[in-house]
Amino acid sequence: MQMPKPDASILARKARIVERLRKVLPADAVIDDEAETRAYECDALTAYRCPPLAVVLPSTTEEVSKVLRVCWEEGVPVVPRGSGTSLAGGALPTADSVILGVARMNEVLETDYDNRFIRVQTGRTNLSVTGAVEEHDFFYAPDPSSQLACAIAGNIAMNSGGAHCLKYGVTTNNLLGVTMVQMDGTVVEIGGAHLDSGGLDLLGVICGSEGQLGVVTEATLRILRKPEGARPVLMGFDSNEVAGACVSDIIKAGVLPVAIEFMDRPCIEATEAFAKAGYPMCEALLIVEVEGSPAEIDEQLGLILQIARRHNPVELREAKDADEAGRIWLGRKSAFGAMGQINDYMCLDGTIPVSELPYVLKRIGEMSKEYGLDVANVFHAGDGNMHPLILFDANKPGDLERCEALGADILRLCVEVGGCLTGEHGVGIEKRDLMVDQYAPADLEAQMAVKDVFDPKWLLNPAKVFPLAASESRRSIALAAE
Amino acid sequence: MKMKPETEAELAEIIAGASGPFHIRGGGTRSIGKPVTGAVLETGGLSGITLYEPGALTVVVKAGSPLAEVEAALEAEGQRLPFEPMDYRGLLGTSGTPTVGGVVAANVSGPRRVQAGACRDFMLGVRFVDGTGQIVKNGGRVMKNVTGYDLVKLMTGSWGTLGVLTEVSLKVLPKPDSAACILIDSLSVANAVGAMSKALASPFEVTGAAHVPVGLDGHPVTMLRIEGFAGSVDYRAGQLAALFSDHAVRVEHDAAKVAEGWAWVRDVAPMQGTAGDVWRISCKPSDAPALADRLDADKLLFDWGGGLIWALLPEGTDARARLGALGGHATLVRGSDASRAALPVFQPEPAPLAALTAGIRARFDPRGVLNPGLMDA
Ligand SMILES: Cc1cc2nc3c(=O)[nH]c(=O)nc-3n(C[C@H](O)[C@H](O)[C@H](O)COP(=O)(O)OP(=O)(O)OC[C@H]3O[C@@H](n4cnc5c(N)ncnc54)[C@H](O)[C@@H]3O)c2cc1C
Ligand SMILES: Cc1cc2nc3c(=O)[nH]c(=O)nc-3n(C[C@H](O)[C@H](O)[C@H](O)COP(=O)(O)OP(=O)(O)OC[C@H]3O[C@@H](n4cnc5c(N)ncnc54)[C@H](O)[C@@H]3O)c2cc1C
Repeated sequence: MQMPKPDASILARKARIVERLRKVLPADAVIDDEAETRAYECDALTAYRCPPLAVVLPSTTEEVSKVLRVCWEEGVPVVPRGSGTSLAGGALPTADSVILGVARMNEVLETDYDNRFIRVQTGRTNLSVTGAVEEHDFFYAPDPSSQLACAIAGNIAMNSGGAHCLKYGVTTNNLLGVTMVQMDGTVVEIGGAHLDSGGLDLLGVICGSEGQLGVVTEATLRILRKPEGARPVLMGFDSNEVAGACVSDIIKAGVLPVAIEFMDRPCIEATEAFAKAGYPMCEALLIVEVEGSPAEIDEQLGLILQIARRHNPVELREAKDADEAGRIWLGRKSAFGAMGQINDYMCLDGTIPVSELPYVLKRIGEMSKEYGLDVANVFHAGDGNMHPLILFDANKPGDLERCEALGADILRLCVEVGGCLTGEHGVGIEKRDLMVDQYAPADLEAQMAVKDVFDPKWLLNPAKVFPLAASESRRSIALAAE
Repeated sequence: MKMKPETEAELAEIIAGASGPFHIRGGGTRSIGKPVTGAVLETGGLSGITLYEPGALTVVVKAGSPLAEVEAALEAEGQRLPFEPMDYRGLLGTSGTPTVGGVVAANVSGPRRVQAGACRDFMLGVRFVDGTGQIVKNGGRVMKNVTGYDLVKLMTGSWGTLGVLTEVSLKVLPKPDSAACILIDSLSVANAVGAMSKALASPFEVTGAAHVPVGLDGHPVTMLRIEGFAGSVDYRAGQLAALFSDHAVRVEHDAAKVAEGWAWVRDVAPMQGTAGDVWRISCKPSDAPALADRLDADKLLFDWGGGLIWALLPEGTDARARLGALGGHATLVRGSDASRAALPVFQPEPAPLAALTAGIRARFDPRGVLNPGLMDA
């Protein structure tokens, strides 16, 4: 993956830039020591690393505004950072950039149960948003598997999803408003405790813009009352096709489970060896969860089990108590950890129409053989968001490159069948150069035109999302303007 | 002059060769916005369902398709558009066939918005022709997609000022078997908003919460809707009724009557055929009682648990001046030419947001040929 060459004139001005940053922030909020900036050299896409010019850790919107103003005046690129769990390299710095981390901004600003929202600083972690409202039996719905670590800032930038978004939607569907600082330091308030926009839906385009339009410092999030209860069932099938057909039939029958998770044999085997959840050894496994009162759960599960039986399952397991429910989820929740035990892995995130599931899984199996790299599949089946995990050995020369080539082929396959490159992780640097497979030049031009408006100098996270060749003229115009 | 292209390419050619502004017209039923002068550009030639996969909960439709046609196709599979788009014809006194493109361009959402989400939340993909005649696509037809910027949301609710939609993909949902409505009688606005808030904060999945200050029998009535499988609806209706056992509560179980009641709220029936301007105000629900006081309206209707206020005001009244500080937005939905010329139809934006909006519009429609001025303050 190529990154633009650092701007020598910025590197040469490091001392002055750092001094100006120190003037607007408390002493401990500016880091420029090379040993310390290393802590920010990558996100969860660890294959790519580069320490930034400096790191700033502001505590308020006002401080963010001052920092951005300095960087804007100096023409220094800024890479916003939440918790650094991006799998797409979204928070990867360049040597001439300043990392703006919001980790210190983690306060709850307001909780309002009557109007069902919470307002937080965006450095707050996803799970601790629910943590702040749990005692009143409320929760924040989007639940990425990384929720213990990832910040609302990153969730908004990536429009993150989770296992339960089949029912509750992804971040954009649960985001009511933001306070955002533009690159020139202007602070804007968009949305709030009310619904929808009175004009153009700017909030809608900010969510998912990967830190390229502004730095989001505060967010108003929709909170929901917890359901009375939830219960999963586990189903095993002897082929991917049958499991896929079962998913489609459940949805067609009018039941809306909160989650439908899918694991294939390589994934089942790996997680069994790791977590010993007692999963059946079969070709495909589904975990389907429904919510409500005990009687409502019985009603929905009755229907779901009836559909499942029509597909000759090799196993049907209904959780009778919380303990059994925990065991059903155990393997799924430890799937990534299990993979990490065996090997290095790369986690893809393409989304496909649910109807294409069997074909795509078959093709992935064939491609995996061609490349000689194992692929395990674990994903959100209800919405077609696949997570093929390609296993490779980072110490073996050439393995990473082969893995990336296989990954690119799998993502092109997703696009070919009517899907997309990324369902919830974002483009970052990882899928940047594949954008041309999904979008025509005019489609990318329209997106870049939006960035032109929000960030005319192209200083915010400039080397991401768009193929470097496509964004080059804009990035260099910005530099020439200096 | 009137134009009605049959294909996206033809539409692109018309716009590229524009010598003046266009007035984009779907069904001609949502006559909202500053009056637009321009050649009428009709979308009705771009019609038909491109793809419908009930098992994937997705439908792809040409933008000029009649809404009724799409709703019928979904109905046949036991599914629906969950955001419950309102029919503006009664309120605005228009006739014509509402189109899917018109619904999307206006981000039209009804009572279920409070629980299920707005039109924008069910939009998966768009194809459109921008103001230069360029064909652009964004999003797709899958339920989760974060590939690049979300122009789908930007286009939804842009009232044809950024591009003419040619095709849209939507997420649909199962249409539940049963529905019931809890009716609470004679609450004041403040108590009604309190009751709706309590219901929406319960675990019983209320899919509609409205308050009518003057109901059909002349008394206030507060309505709470629940939908789902029969057993579940009965259970939740019982639980909700119990929450309000200290009030006069009735439960309507007749599905047809429930549907009729909510269509009445959705289409703002109390203000149909009246004289005066109609305003639509989106606010923090608990602010609704105070805002309603300040509005001093001839008629009021509260939806979204109080978060949506419909107000009938004498012609030419500046509702925003009466509302004062408003954490939300007010739109003049129905107004005489004079009212709409004198008052901003859409909520004026603070300067930095107005600059962003103007910047986006200048890039998508640099010559200002698409519904020019429709959204101007
Ligand atoms: C084990 C594991 C499991 C995961 N599971 C899921 C999952 O189930 N679903 C899912 O969707 N994702 C998942 N992810 C991906 C990742 O956790 C999400 O993308 C998350 O939202 C990133 O949040 P972060 O705070 O770590 O952001 P970072 O990695 O710090 O940044 C991500 C992006 O956000 C931008 N950004 C950060 N802060 C701001 C700000 N204040 N303003 C503007 N832009 C900003 C950055 O520039 C970058 O582009 C997983 C990751 C891991 C490692
Ligand atoms: C006698 C009469 C008087 C009228 N007076 C006024 C007046 O004073 N002021 C006024 O504003 N209107 C007035 N109208 C209505 C006006 O002519 C238009 O009908 C209206 O402005 C919006 O277009 P529409 O009704 O076709 O919208 P709909 O089809 O209902 O669509 C709603 C909105 O979406 C846009 N739209 C529709 N389809 C698409 C698409 N595919 N892509 C992008 N955008 C789309 C439309 O332009 C419109 O803004 C009047 C109509 C009549 C018959």
